[in-house]
Amino acid sequence: MTRAIRIWLVLAALATAALALALAVGSHAIAPPELLRALLRPDGGVDAQIVHELRLPRALAAFGTGGLLALAGALMQVLLRNPLADPYVMGASGGAAVGALAAMLFGLGAAFTQGAAFAGALASTALVFALARREFAGAALTDPGLGAPRLLLAGVMLAALWTALVTLLLTLSPEARIRGMLFWLAGDVSAGSGGAAALGVLVLLVVLAWPLGRSLNVMLRGPVIALSLGVRVLALRRALFVLASLATAVAMTSSGAVGFVGLVVPHALRLAIGNDQRVLLPACALGGGTLLLLADTAARTLVAPQQLPVGLLTALLGVPTFLALLLGRTR
Amino acid sequence: MTDALLDATALTLRAGRRVLAHDLSLQVRAGDLWCVLGPNGSGKTTLLHTLAGVRTPDAGAVRLRGHDLARTAPEQLARWRGLLTQSVHDSFSARALEVVLLGRHPYHDRWSFDDDADDRRIAHEALAAVDAATLAARDVTTLSGGERQRVAIAALLAQQVPLMLLDEPTAHLDLHHQVGVLEHLRALVHGGGRAAVVALHDLNLAARFASHALLLGGDAPIAGRIDEVMTDDTLSAVFRHPLHRLRTGARWTYVVD
Repeated sequence: MTRAIRIWLVLAALATAALALALAVGSHAIAPPELLRALLRPDGGVDAQIVHELRLPRALAAFGTGGLLALAGALMQVLLRNPLADPYVMGASGGAAVGALAAMLFGLGAAFTQGAAFAGALASTALVFALARREFAGAALTDPGLGAPRLLLAGVMLAALWTALVTLLLTLSPEARIRGMLFWLAGDVSAGSGGAAALGVLVLLVVLAWPLGRSLNVMLRGPVIALSLGVRVLALRRALFVLASLATAVAMTSSGAVGFVGLVVPHALRLAIGNDQRVLLPACALGGGTLLLLADTAARTLVAPQQLPVGLLTALLGVPTFLALLLGRTR
Repeated sequence: MTDALLDATALTLRAGRRVLAHDLSLQVRAGDLWCVLGPNGSGKTTLLHTLAGVRTPDAGAVRLRGHDLARTAPEQLARWRGLLTQSVHDSFSARALEVVLLGRHPYHDRWSFDDDADDRRIAHEALAAVDAATLAARDVTTLSGGERQRVAIAALLAQQVPLMLLDEPTAHLDLHHQVGVLEHLRALVHGGGRAAVVALHDLNLAARFASHALLLGGDAPIAGRIDEVMTDDTLSAVFRHPLHRLRTGARWTYVVD
């Protein structure tokens, strides 16, 4: 336990440093003493306004989103027993994109877009659950032909359908709206709303998932072995599915389809601290939040005053990592 | 009432529409070492999964220590019986010792975090029992098939259950380790209070180590003591190939015609 706490403290320190950086840098740089004063005793000055109204909400949204995606990725990887699973394998990103883009096409406001994204993500996930419901029933456990592969395939197929619908929506949209849609698809936290909600859900889901950790470690050995060791595999699978889907839907509502955080962070942390889910899940929440916060800080400062979608930066980082993992596995 | 550790009555086992076994009854007492013999697809794995309660029988019931498996909490079952499955595919890295320590899972609740000293001692002893002490710190994804199999057996031993169900424990093992593992199982069973049911392919190993045999794949399952069940006629019929039993010293040897 002391080792786990030490790991979490190190990651929390990194997160705090990333937060300080995110609040300090930008077109209007704020020195550490002024930053501290603006945070603790806001005086209504320029510094305090920038910190409280612009940078802090955006930083919280980025951190919450990154943490949720990494947590969802780690949970999906256990559920499917597949190290290449990410939060979007159940087609949640496609479902959310169809919802969000449809709302944008009709010129509905940001709140509607977010609501539609959330509904789309959950609807897609529910559809996968319905299609693959036998994977959550008794026969799936000892039948080698059933189980995770069919769940994975159902998700992949649905994602392909959503991609077609997204293309259709982009084709139908007027020029003026397309730029916003592309930013949404690439993953973008600049809207900066829903940060507190994302962070709150992140804390809640970590608290809910943590007590499952011991059973999740056993699940990694396969459903039959887990059953023989007394794990209630079907209930655990359903819980994993619900927790991961909720995390993904909330993250997408806050920041669109940010890629690769959910794949890369659990892997990097697994290499560094091992695969005990009780240590890994909280570490993913902290590490994923930190990574996306840093990526977003880079996204708004690298080519300022232009802003890049943060998903661009996570993908630039994520694709080489993914390839390295993939090639390393077949070696 | 019966004093059997495991009592299976009138089981029907199906794979899809195919009936693997009908009206199969089996009583395993402490001290018994049962081998399950039969050709490919005759239902050995299905039977072991059913006896372990990870699969519900298509008819009939299995009782363990007098408790119906279907109505016993999985956490309780995990302290009464363990199952070695056929080849486990590891997608994630883990040290062999960590895998063996998972066998101690039934003795912890969800809030227990650290493995205690007893768990570690039991896990190390289990690895040593299958000649795998030196593998403790190795990553299971880098182990050979036989090494992985021994680690999996060690995890079952660490579970310390009265009834051990093993699906082809000798698969992937070299001759030396095949004999070593079966010798250890027999010693555990003779030590008192425990029993094992083992699916095997090697008739000579079965005859040397088992006390009882169950033959699947014939017209009807045949169960009984080794010398009564493993005869020329029954084996030849089940495996659809002529087999002969020869007396060599104090043991039977089986020869393929």
